[in-house]
Amino acid sequence: MADEAVRVRGLRKRYAGGVEALRGLDLCVQTAQVYGVVGPDGAGKTTLMKVLAGVVSFQAEEARVLGRPVPEGLSEVRHHIGYLPQRFSLYGDLTVEENLDFYAALYPPDPEGRRTKQELLEMIGLDPFRDRMAADLSGGMKQKLALLCNLVHRPSLLLMDEPTVGVDPVSRREFWTLVFELQRGGLTVLASTPYMDEAEQFDRVALLSEGRLLREGTPEEIRASVPGVVLELGCEQPFQAARCLEGTQGIQDVQLFGDRLHLFAAQDAPGLRQALEERLGQAGLRIQRLRVVPFSIEDVFLRLTA
Amino acid sequence: MIPHRLLAIIRKEFVQMRRDRLTLAMMLLLPFVQLVVFGLAINTDVKHVPMAVLDYSQSSESRRLIQSFTNSDYFDVVAWPRDTREISDLIDSGSLKVGLVIDPDYARDVRAGRVARAQVLVDASDPITASSTLSNSAGIANILGVQLLGRYLRPGTPFTPPEMPVQIDVRGWFNPDLLTANYIVPGLIGVILSMTMMMITAMAIVKERETGTLEQLITTPIKTWELMIGKIVPYVLMGYTQMTIALLVGIYGFHVPVRGSLLLMYALTLVYIGCYLGLGLVISTVARTQQQAMQMAFFLFLPTILLSGFMFPRAGMPEWVQILTLVIPLTYYLEIMRGIVLKGVGLVALWRWVAPMMALMVAILGIAMLRFKKRLD
Repeated sequence: MADEAVRVRGLRKRYAGGVEALRGLDLCVQTAQVYGVVGPDGAGKTTLMKVLAGVVSFQAEEARVLGRPVPEGLSEVRHHIGYLPQRFSLYGDLTVEENLDFYAALYPPDPEGRRTKQELLEMIGLDPFRDRMAADLSGGMKQKLALLCNLVHRPSLLLMDEPTVGVDPVSRREFWTLVFELQRGGLTVLASTPYMDEAEQFDRVALLSEGRLLREGTPEEIRASVPGVVLELGCEQPFQAARCLEGTQGIQDVQLFGDRLHLFAAQDAPGLRQALEERLGQAGLRIQRLRVVPFSIEDVFLRLTA
Repeated sequence: MIPHRLLAIIRKEFVQMRRDRLTLAMMLLLPFVQLVVFGLAINTDVKHVPMAVLDYSQSSESRRLIQSFTNSDYFDVVAWPRDTREISDLIDSGSLKVGLVIDPDYARDVRAGRVARAQVLVDASDPITASSTLSNSAGIANILGVQLLGRYLRPGTPFTPPEMPVQIDVRGWFNPDLLTANYIVPGLIGVILSMTMMMITAMAIVKERETGTLEQLITTPIKTWELMIGKIVPYVLMGYTQMTIALLVGIYGFHVPVRGSLLLMYALTLVYIGCYLGLGLVISTVARTQQQAMQMAFFLFLPTILLSGFMFPRAGMPEWVQILTLVIPLTYYLEIMRGIVLKGVGLVALWRWVAPMMALMVAILGIAMLRFKKRLD
């Protein structure tokens, strides 16, 4: 029990409008894991976070956070939980430091367990901006400040709802680096993201779609969970190539990845590559590159929802 | 000792209040501007009404009557038309409000001790001017009549007094000069407080919901009551500041006498503020956006000023409307404020208004407390 930070069984949520956001979800997050909930918009990620933060009502066979039943037991462990909502939720008309002071004052005064303000500002790199209004910060800075305000009380569990959406790639990387650093200090993190590439770095991943769990496990387990191979095909006109290759014998699905195509096949059969070459050749297209690549989590997701 | 979380909320509200200079300036200027506008512009003491006089009598008696009118300060003679038609033209065009027509037989009747007749024409499209003109001219006629009567009274002479019109008492109690400011200022304090307290509380909380800060806030260990009280306390102080400004303008600008206890006034005002802060909280649990909150506040505000007795006396309303006015906190506060300011009465005399206002406050805050939960849906 003690090493389970989050456990839900049969979690359902139907909003007043009739929308069923979660349709029976089972999930378990171990202490000191960085656990990722991954899925497209509308998969139910935000609802899951809100349920665990005690912000919305729900139905479930079991829902526990830090061993306490949600929502009635939450008040006992609130001071061990941090929660970053999807939207920026700090006061834009307060400065960085005032926001920090405000949230610090909402938690029990426990000087020993506390990180000092200075320590936090320096760790996150917001020290030069301490007198700036929160509304005037960049997107990445805002998320760092939100994280900061949720770290003052030294939580043992951090719930983060799409913390890196709308944040530039460099800041995104910095943000996760910081999170993994905190994990080494014993912090459990449950974060959601729509970016499949971010999922590769998590300890465990839950693939979510339309309120249901598609797959759950370590990134390796998830990548190995679908049969077949992925062929990466590079060519000059990938869009036309994709249309041309659809329905080719031995190809189950074709997905466009920027300037490349991912072709899903049961196996890398000897005749397959030749068939592809011929088919594209008829359309006047030439293959520049063709190789078997490992499944990414995004590949898995696309396979499972195809 | 005040819990640290409550203090944190209060401190935060004050910082935000200070940052929002425009709103702060408006809140503090509001009582000042409202009082000046209501006190000066909406003045129902009708004085120096322009008047036309058509004197068919052309006698010393008729001149004395005209003089009584002009001496009163209520009327200024600005035109001497030749016939009644000219008077009605002047009134129709709006350049005059009142016309005085003196009967050709006026002087003869006065000398003979008969009822002497003069006619007052008044533009009744302006009911306030009309009613004050009617009562003022009746008063003038009465005074003059009494003076005339004195002439005929000789000791030992048998005397049949001429008919006298029924005496109309224009003097009101507690506000003998019928000064509008005396009547308006105490009520206006109630109106200002109801509007700003309701609106500002509703907005302050709905804003937190709208910007998402409420979602963050309710996941902290803060208690519902700490959040509620913490958001309310700064606005109670704001309300007291507004009231003090309004009171100072009333006392020094309009010479409103405060006859009762200021301490009692401030104490009972807390109950009143509590009512409207509570209504603001209730609105904040219903409204999703600041715009909705604003609309709802206005929706409640209009009946408040129209039905509470601030604008029109409640006695003139249909019975079912009068019953409706009993759930409006301003109804009681008006009575309390006018009682303290103009009559100088104490808690014992005011108890019949204080008790129901307290009951309303408890009910409103109770509903707010029940609806204001630490959850978003």
